[in-house]
Amino acid sequence: MNEFGGTTGLILEEPLLTEKGKKGRMGMSLPRRDIERAPMDETLKGEGPRLPDLSEVEVVRHYTRLSTWNFGVDTGLYPLGSCTMKYNPKTNERQAALTGFAGAHPLLPEKLSQGALKIMYELERFLAEITGMDSVSLQPSAGAHGEFAGMLVFHAYHKSKGSNRTKIIVPDTAHGTNPASAALCGFSPVNVKSNERGVLSPEAIAAVMDEQTAGIMVTNPNTLGFFEENIKEIAEIVHARGGLVYADGANMNAVMGIVSMGDIGIDVLHLNLHKTFSTPHGGGGPGAGPVCVKRHLERFLPVPRVVEQGGRYRLSYDFPHSIGKLHAFYGNVGIMIRAYSYILSLGPELKRVSQLAVLNANYVKEKLKDTLHLPYDRPCMHECVFSDKLQAPLKVTTLDMVKRLIDYGFHPPTIYFPLVVHGAIMIEPTETESREEIDRFIRAFKEVVKEAGEDPERLHKAPHSTKVRRLDETAAARNPRLTCF
Amino acid sequence: MRYLPQTEEDIAEMLEVAGAADLEGLFSSIPDACRRRTDLNLPGPLTEWELNDAMSSMASAMGACHECKVYIGAGSYEHYIPASVSYLLGRSEFSTSYTPYQPEISQGTLQAVFEYQSFVASLLGMEVANASLYDGASALAEALLMAARVSRLKKVAVSSLIHPFHRRVVRTYLEPAGFEIVELPGGPDGRTDLGKLRSVEGFAAVAVQSPNFFGCIEDLAAVGNLTRDSHALFVASFTEPLAYGLYKSPGGFGADIVCGEGQSFGIPQSYGGPGLGMFASLKKHVRSMPGRLVGETTDMDGRRGFVLTLATREQHIRREKATSNICTNSGLCAVTSAMYMASLGGTGLRELARLNYDKSEYLKKQLRGAGFAIPFASPTFNEFVVRFPAGFESTYERLQEQRVVAGIPLAAYYPELSGHYLLCVTETKSKRDLDALAGMLKV
Repeated sequence: MNEFGGTTGLILEEPLLTEKGKKGRMGMSLPRRDIERAPMDETLKGEGPRLPDLSEVEVVRHYTRLSTWNFGVDTGLYPLGSCTMKYNPKTNERQAALTGFAGAHPLLPEKLSQGALKIMYELERFLAEITGMDSVSLQPSAGAHGEFAGMLVFHAYHKSKGSNRTKIIVPDTAHGTNPASAALCGFSPVNVKSNERGVLSPEAIAAVMDEQTAGIMVTNPNTLGFFEENIKEIAEIVHARGGLVYADGANMNAVMGIVSMGDIGIDVLHLNLHKTFSTPHGGGGPGAGPVCVKRHLERFLPVPRVVEQGGRYRLSYDFPHSIGKLHAFYGNVGIMIRAYSYILSLGPELKRVSQLAVLNANYVKEKLKDTLHLPYDRPCMHECVFSDKLQAPLKVTTLDMVKRLIDYGFHPPTIYFPLVVHGAIMIEPTETESREEIDRFIRAFKEVVKEAGEDPERLHKAPHSTKVRRLDETAAARNPRLTCF
Repeated sequence: MRYLPQTEEDIAEMLEVAGAADLEGLFSSIPDACRRRTDLNLPGPLTEWELNDAMSSMASAMGACHECKVYIGAGSYEHYIPASVSYLLGRSEFSTSYTPYQPEISQGTLQAVFEYQSFVASLLGMEVANASLYDGASALAEALLMAARVSRLKKVAVSSLIHPFHRRVVRTYLEPAGFEIVELPGGPDGRTDLGKLRSVEGFAAVAVQSPNFFGCIEDLAAVGNLTRDSHALFVASFTEPLAYGLYKSPGGFGADIVCGEGQSFGIPQSYGGPGLGMFASLKKHVRSMPGRLVGETTDMDGRRGFVLTLATREQHIRREKATSNICTNSGLCAVTSAMYMASLGGTGLRELARLNYDKSEYLKKQLRGAGFAIPFASPTFNEFVVRFPAGFESTYERLQEQRVVAGIPLAAYYPELSGHYLLCVTETKSKRDLDALAGMLKV
């Protein structure tokens, strides 16, 4: 048996749904018609969509076949840097699927909503405890939505002070959503470079922070996998000039129980429940991006807020300074229930989660640093960033190497990000991988690099054993075909 | 802990490789002044079995159960979800994967989303649809921002019969950027009164919801006539996509953008989220669209395959100049809705939509017969407004004791509508349920 997971097998073809079916088939049991047809205005009647008619078997087989063309965390190691693709516990799915939660209408009267409201209230308290922040709103639907909420809080805060600040400091290592979220609130990003240690220096911030600047957005730990060690000093500079400090908490998995964000000068922070708190990413969502603030900004949080009084919970809109509403109802409650279930399953052991996540990343860094170029050779947090510099003379790129890694049965790391490292390879193993699995990944990467020297062509054409091979993205964009009709 | 595989032996050996004396030593790069001094004060850890008990007990404190009869719609709808859909959704190759950045090992998600885009475009009568946004409310806000990009104008007209929560989200999104929002009033027939809007000159968009918050079908042709040959984009929103299985879709009336909430299609209500922001437009506007798009292409061997495309609109390439900040969306909910639509098929969707219409018309008739007023004459889909006599609140409260919720009172959203309730009937209610409800309301 091949030591690695990647092998070839029977891959079944499956056409598009619209290429299947026959008129008159049905894949769902229609409820009994116990009522006669009511009259209706025929001129308003439409044609209905052009959906194929399929039997239940056809639908089940279609999606089952499609699913086998996918790679998930349940399939194998998924070391996608800054995405924290940890194992998604199955008990969380059970809890979210309980009829009382899954079947609950969001406008149920309060007395019939106590279970969900209690979970939301307690989850807010748990997240406040984990981050060291004072107040939390669970309403944002994803990380970028949480960032947007945070920027709205910045905007409302400065407006309440009668100042109209138009700029925001964003480091070059930031995720693209940071500047995009700031722009939605009318802020223009001012780019600052990280220093030779891969972190922000107080001098660089002091040079740009002024009275027209609303504050700074820092990802901490940053996307190079380093703790922003000057964060306290930076926060002091920003605060002294009337600004606020926003932390992107996408990488919180490194520091639970290790760093209290509320104590190091952070005013606003968002979390990703679909990263740190183990909820599944769903092939692109849904996630949840709670926004956490210090006491002085609590009045700006989105409405409604969950309020507790004598053991009873209710939703309140009575917060006149609130930035408003961000979600049609209260946010992605189904995701909150999963995260709540995860936190209760681990409790104070969440600190160990962070310790092991950091251990695994440093282990990978040490084991691969003779194989791949390591631009910043220093201890990392939960992820480490390499580059393809050593393979460049062989005309083998980061893309070639990670595509070949697929053939060995591993999902590629995050690539070409952060932008400050040319040809970046960003590896985040997470704490849920065993040492044996991590060792196999390391050996696979070494094999790939060996192949780069022996047969670069094999890498240029990789992957070889997948459902499809490299796809023509240029053609897709030049003449977009976005539907099958 | 069962999610943490490393043994003490593993840890000791790995620490040696990492060059740290102990687990604490791994954090030497964090300055002492930044270290947390206190332990995490959290309950637990609970065993799986303790967790089950705790969660089941909280779930049972909810008004969602077999015996519960909830007649609320208002943006979240109770529909039957076939076991096959829930089962397929449990395929963890779909649920435990990330956004499909590596297309060679994400063809399952990519093809499923491509099919979703096709179904949504067809359902809404539009040319292209994206891979989803968070929910119907943010989809509407994004539609108005997109209209502003296309028209280069910053004033929008929004019907006051759009879901009040969706309008509130629109304000959150638009106001900091300095937009002007003009609200169009409702008319006596339960539809938007367009009379105030003699000209759309200077407007980026005119937005109406159909069926609207009162369940009434809007005069979309009239909106189309207003916006035709103008800079203003016609934005049609919805909260109940099933209506388009019966009624004409907005595309046929000249809508530029159609967006709304797709929860009705196989997605559990889950106390309001996650939902599904469906978003479709004309092809000529595609490069201004927010969100991800999946497109068809071929691989190096000429085989059909799918990729994320037109990424130059998006934040990871364009940063602050992106068409939206969205990254994670509602991917799995989009796939769920496609599974649901595929299960129903074209024939089933029409039949189910008709059943919803007929059942709600039946309750309407029963209530009218019982002497209650149905104040708005416009055709509706599966929800409608009823005016109850003074003192009805106590009946409403009393029914809740029996786990029956007779709609929602509208006065909180429209102060002029005291005594008015919005009731919803879907296929999940039998004739017997409806007769029982009518009987209970009469008392």
